[in-house]
Amino acid sequence: MSVSTCPSEPAPAAGFVDGLDPLDRDIVLATQGGLPLVPDPWSAVGKPLGLAGNEVRARMQRMIDSGVIRRIAAVPNHYRLGYVANGMTVWDVDDAHVERLGREVAGIPGVSHCYRRPRHLPEWPYNLFAMLHGRSQGEVEQQAEALRERLGDACRDHRILYSSRILKKTGLRLARSSGRPR
Amino acid sequence: MNVARAHRPEPAELDAADRRIVNRLQEGLPLVPSPYAAVAAELSLSEGELLYRLERLLEAGVLSRFGPMYHAERLGGGLTLAALEVPEDDFERVAEKVNAFPEVAHNYRREHRLNMWFVLATETPQRIAEVIEAIEAATGLAVFNMPKQEEFHVRLHLPV
Repeated sequence: MSVSTCPSEPAPAAGFVDGLDPLDRDIVLATQGGLPLVPDPWSAVGKPLGLAGNEVRARMQRMIDSGVIRRIAAVPNHYRLGYVANGMTVWDVDDAHVERLGREVAGIPGVSHCYRRPRHLPEWPYNLFAMLHGRSQGEVEQQAEALRERLGDACRDHRILYSSRILKKTGLRLARSSGRPR
Repeated sequence: MNVARAHRPEPAELDAADRRIVNRLQEGLPLVPSPYAAVAAELSLSEGELLYRLERLLEAGVLSRFGPMYHAERLGGGLTLAALEVPEDDFERVAEKVNAFPEVAHNYRREHRLNMWFVLATETPQRIAEVIEAIEAATGLAVFNMPKQEEFHVRLHLPV
């Protein structure tokens, strides 16, 4: 997923981040649709911004170092790669243990994303989410079984919610009209 | 009829070079002066062939994107996962209403009483609550907001 979602610390309040200046922001805007497929993509990104390729590269490296960019990579379409079973597994885990167990199950093969999220009682008792990907529902169920074993008695209940339709998938977009001076 | 299946892309036919590219580029592109040439050399391809195949993999929808993966909250934005319980006979109308919000980055149908699950990505954290309110007004349904409280792992890697 291109929305690589985020950590636990609260986000800054003003839509602006330490160390991310207007030129960094321009680079974000210029690359959120993708990196150019040309031999020197850094210069291609920099040219309309009046930046040399080396400067673009240095700024992107700083954004990687500060965690603003997770990495520069290909985002696969699960289905097109044969991963037709994509299960959002949700677990009702004892609050006293969810933090430790969340870290443990995050490393189990097949888990791409793992988060603690709030319950909505009575409709929704689940507080731990782990996305699993397999070539069949059987494979996902095996992965889920490995999670269930690891969670043990701290887990009261769980469900696997398979995605059955992609209704929309555009990924993250920063609005250009964000009020930052260019 | 399985409605779900009709909306799923079919698995693609990939040759050995495509597989190497898909596997290698999920790991990430190095920040070096000629990054595609560097990766092509690792994969025993020419730079031109790598670029050509990468473009084709994107056009064919095998890859949905290639580029920097930004961390929404560290960019100062807001992000949350939310769900709706949509009556079956109203599903298409509600999907259309929800998808019309530019802040909706992904939206999936899932088989549960809560049958519509979407990610909201907003320019500021404060905006999340406004968009949720607007979605509730547009759909007439209560939004279950499930922002992450802790992240344990984020790393999608699908070997082929």
